[in-house]
Amino acid sequence: MWPAGVLAQERPPMRWAGDPEGGAPYVEASPTDPDKLVGFDVEIAELLARGLGRVPQFVFVAFAQIDQSVARGDAEVGLSGIEDTPARRAAMAVTVPYYEFHEVLTVRNADRERFRSLADLAGRRVGTLVGTIAYDLLLAAEKEHGLTALSYDDDVHPFSDLELGRLDAVLLDNVLAERRMKTTSGLTIQPGSVATSHYVGVFAPSNGALRDEVDEILRRAMRDGTLERIFTKWGVWNDDQPRLFTSVLAGDPLPSVVDATGRTILAAESRWEATLAYLPALLRASVVTILLSCLSMVLAVALGVVIASGRVYGSRPVRSVLVAYVELMRGTPVLLQLFVLYYGIAAAVRLPAFAAAFLGLALNYAAYESEIYRGALEAVSKGQLEAARTLGFSERQVLTLIRGPQAFRLALAPMTNDFVALLKDSSLVSVLTVMELTKQTQVFATNIGSWVIPGTLCAALYLAMSLPLSAVARRLEERWKAPTV
Amino acid sequence: MNGPAIAVRGLHLSRGTRQILSGVDLEVTRGEVVALMGASGSGKTTILRVLAGLESFEQGTVDVEGAVVMQGPPAPERISRLRQKVGMVFQFHCLFEHLPALQNVTLALLHVHRTPRPEAEARARDLLAALGVEHRARALPRELSGGEAQRVAIARALAIDPPVLLMDEPTASLDPSRRMELASVVRSLAERPRTLLVATHDEDFAAAAATRVLQIRDGRVMSAVGS
Repeated sequence: MWPAGVLAQERPPMRWAGDPEGGAPYVEASPTDPDKLVGFDVEIAELLARGLGRVPQFVFVAFAQIDQSVARGDAEVGLSGIEDTPARRAAMAVTVPYYEFHEVLTVRNADRERFRSLADLAGRRVGTLVGTIAYDLLLAAEKEHGLTALSYDDDVHPFSDLELGRLDAVLLDNVLAERRMKTTSGLTIQPGSVATSHYVGVFAPSNGALRDEVDEILRRAMRDGTLERIFTKWGVWNDDQPRLFTSVLAGDPLPSVVDATGRTILAAESRWEATLAYLPALLRASVVTILLSCLSMVLAVALGVVIASGRVYGSRPVRSVLVAYVELMRGTPVLLQLFVLYYGIAAAVRLPAFAAAFLGLALNYAAYESEIYRGALEAVSKGQLEAARTLGFSERQVLTLIRGPQAFRLALAPMTNDFVALLKDSSLVSVLTVMELTKQTQVFATNIGSWVIPGTLCAALYLAMSLPLSAVARRLEERWKAPTV
Repeated sequence: MNGPAIAVRGLHLSRGTRQILSGVDLEVTRGEVVALMGASGSGKTTILRVLAGLESFEQGTVDVEGAVVMQGPPAPERISRLRQKVGMVFQFHCLFEHLPALQNVTLALLHVHRTPRPEAEARARDLLAALGVEHRARALPRELSGGEAQRVAIARALAIDPPVLLMDEPTASLDPSRRMELASVVRSLAERPRTLLVATHDEDFAAAAATRVLQIRDGRVMSAVGS
């Protein structure tokens, strides 16, 4: 067929971006050879590269960042079940649609009769993948039907949380939902489609010429049955696809997303409109960030004081246990601790997301705080403690009246530092579906296809939270000034 | 009460392999000002620390105004009784760094002796005035000169009115003119009557302040000088 070796020397490889975490049937590591990728998007990439007389070269990019990554030139084309949205059509050069899918509602078997549509889910929690049409649909349904939309970074945990009862429904495309049905028995996909859209390939806006070449390759593959063979092989061929191919080949204008009645939805907004629309959500997310940080810090400080006191005054076994705790918390990533708290122990204790986030951050920061306080307690001169003892103070009084107050002043600067760090680390809790500032910014950026405005707004909001805090801490330090002995 | 204010018998104390006190016998009569003299490391500070309940010891007994502490691990009740009898002024003053001079003096009155605040503050002001540092009542320790800090530390130790006052190297941070001034303060303190035990290696000061001088060498009381 194609003398690939010769071609590779003549033309550069076709770099294509995808996310193997999305898994089968799109892109996944081969079960038999983890170094090899398989999936229908992998085969489409091979098809496109062959059509261009080049060899495909895979570039790993997280799903939500594929557009931006392609736009900045990490890869020429993005392929990974990428949805055809009005915003994407406005921001990127997209190919003709090559696969049609439906957004479907998945519920627990027991709720099959209760939750048939988004309208039935008022006051309920519905999850989906971040940066997708489904998420935009859920945001619209929040306003219209009063449900709560929760976004996940992957498409596995929405379904596991649905089984655990943390969610009442999942809205995702039928390809993902049907894949999940193969491994679980307690869930039902509701018949009927909430919305219909397609998968497309994305190119940088300036790369229209290459996109046109690729469109021609896709049309040829629709005509000669190559695409049908690929989709059949991966078990996703159905009656929707011949209809789509006919429309594409006839050159019919295809709306990107339509609802169940065929009405075009999620029309593209200008960046300015989108910014105005996202501003309230960003402010709400800032409130979540500051609230979560403050609550976590209060608990971290309280626990830190207890741990530090135990390490300074406790018996040997108590000290050993506390040292182990501190080393465990400091020596493992806070992200891992959050996962364990939320998903790992879910079978035993089913913590709500915000509670898990609050506890996770507090338990982690308590370890750091305790080290600060221990250092500060030990920095108070032994002579003062002895002087206090000779005056008849009990050990408890020595701590509360003499050692503690001085240690607190010494600890204030590093504590402020930690609080600002916590404010920023709180962005990690988005993995537990808590919509805090950074996550909301990411959703915003994914939606408008640019980080410039969202990033600037996000930075401004973080600074608005951290700068006053630093100022207060500086004033307190000024007033107290650490002893100069 | 009859008997000596301070009676120390057969006191042995070691830390690790180092023998610090090797059989200290010491008797101080009520109202005496006794200076303990000796080179650095001779054990004079350690004797004060034992009397203040800050060190445990292997052998011997300590009796301060009827509060008796025996060898072995410290018994909290006995230590607590002992501490009611003694006040201590440390070489480096060891004032509470976060509190102004006045609060340094009132803290124990308020929290250990439950003295009402107005009374505690009046007493603290009287003491600071008697020691000539009333004008520094609001100053933080780091704002005080060595001599001022010394006097505040004395006021703090005297606030709870202990019958025995221990002073460790009280002239270490004073210039020569201030040393003689302190000697007269020390003598006046003994008039209450109060018993004073002062560790020092300042001979002039010892001669001016003390009613009796004891030489300490190698962890023992060697001789009595003067009377």
